[in-house]
Amino acid sequence: MKNLKFILIGICFGIILVKAEVISWFRIQEMFRFQSFHMYGNIICAIVVGIISVWLIKKFKVKTFSGEEVKIAPKTFSKGNVIGGFMFGLGWAMTGACPGPLFALVGSGLLIVAVVLLSAVLGTYVYGIMKDKLPH
Amino acid sequence: MNILTQPWPWYVTGPLIGLMVPLLLLTGNKAFGVSSNLRHICAACIPTKAEFFKYDWKSESWNLMFVFGVAIGGLLAGYFWQNPNPVQLTDAAISSMNEMGVKDYSGLVPQEIFSFKALLTVKGFLLLIVGGFFVGFGTRYAGGCTSGHAIMGMSNLQLPSLIATCCFFGGGVIMTWFVLPYIMKLPF
Repeated sequence: MKNLKFILIGICFGIILVKAEVISWFRIQEMFRFQSFHMYGNIICAIVVGIISVWLIKKFKVKTFSGEEVKIAPKTFSKGNVIGGFMFGLGWAMTGACPGPLFALVGSGLLIVAVVLLSAVLGTYVYGIMKDKLPH
Repeated sequence: MNILTQPWPWYVTGPLIGLMVPLLLLTGNKAFGVSSNLRHICAACIPTKAEFFKYDWKSESWNLMFVFGVAIGGLLAGYFWQNPNPVQLTDAAISSMNEMGVKDYSGLVPQEIFSFKALLTVKGFLLLIVGGFFVGFGTRYAGGCTSGHAIMGMSNLQLPSLIATCCFFGGGVIMTWFVLPYIMKLPF
């Protein structure tokens, strides 16, 4: 069960998402209406800690727990970052959830969110079959 | 036991979310990201000829295990350690949402939208089904979501991730300010 550790990390992440209330439709509305610092505080702190962590890993050439060199694939620009990003933004405000929170919400017993998740899977599927026809 | 049922402040949870980045990197050279799992689910479950789904999804099974964990975390924190109080929203936010017809603030999401009954209305269909479709289509087209771009990509100072994150917010703000109020007021 080499994947067991990833289940454990996922459990931690799920608990944090709920305790941060970033899975709340209300909180997402509050964010997009610029009515509270709560979501911005979460996202900014996460990015700052992420930037410092990645910088430290690179600076001190920190190895993984199994001794490998840490490698991070760079992101390449595509028009999808803009068009797809905008589309996702629309969906984020409608459902009040990005993909991580969808899984946490289903887990919390909101079975209706499984419908949203299935619809998201369908969205990814439709993207996959029409990918070559879209501008990238 | 209060710490389990009470929400945690953003200056605690924000850094903890950020720590997912080094934790996954150091545990197995894995890049933090959730939306790829929607693609893995397609590759694993839907028979298709599309090239996009022909890859070794099993080599990414760690990520499926990760989101399986996220759901268990949701069960623990959202069900067993459920916050007995409503989300502490600002008065301004509550007043704006009241205007859109939201009445029930007791849970994490409004009951008016998140119910199987609402799913049969145009409003519920648009918000849950069309909204969900946009999340799945948009994240894959953009090459990532809030985790993969806004947090992982930005942590690694990637310009495409900054652009994507700005577009996430652009889409969200336009939907919230100019479209959502009309969808919420649909009488059916």
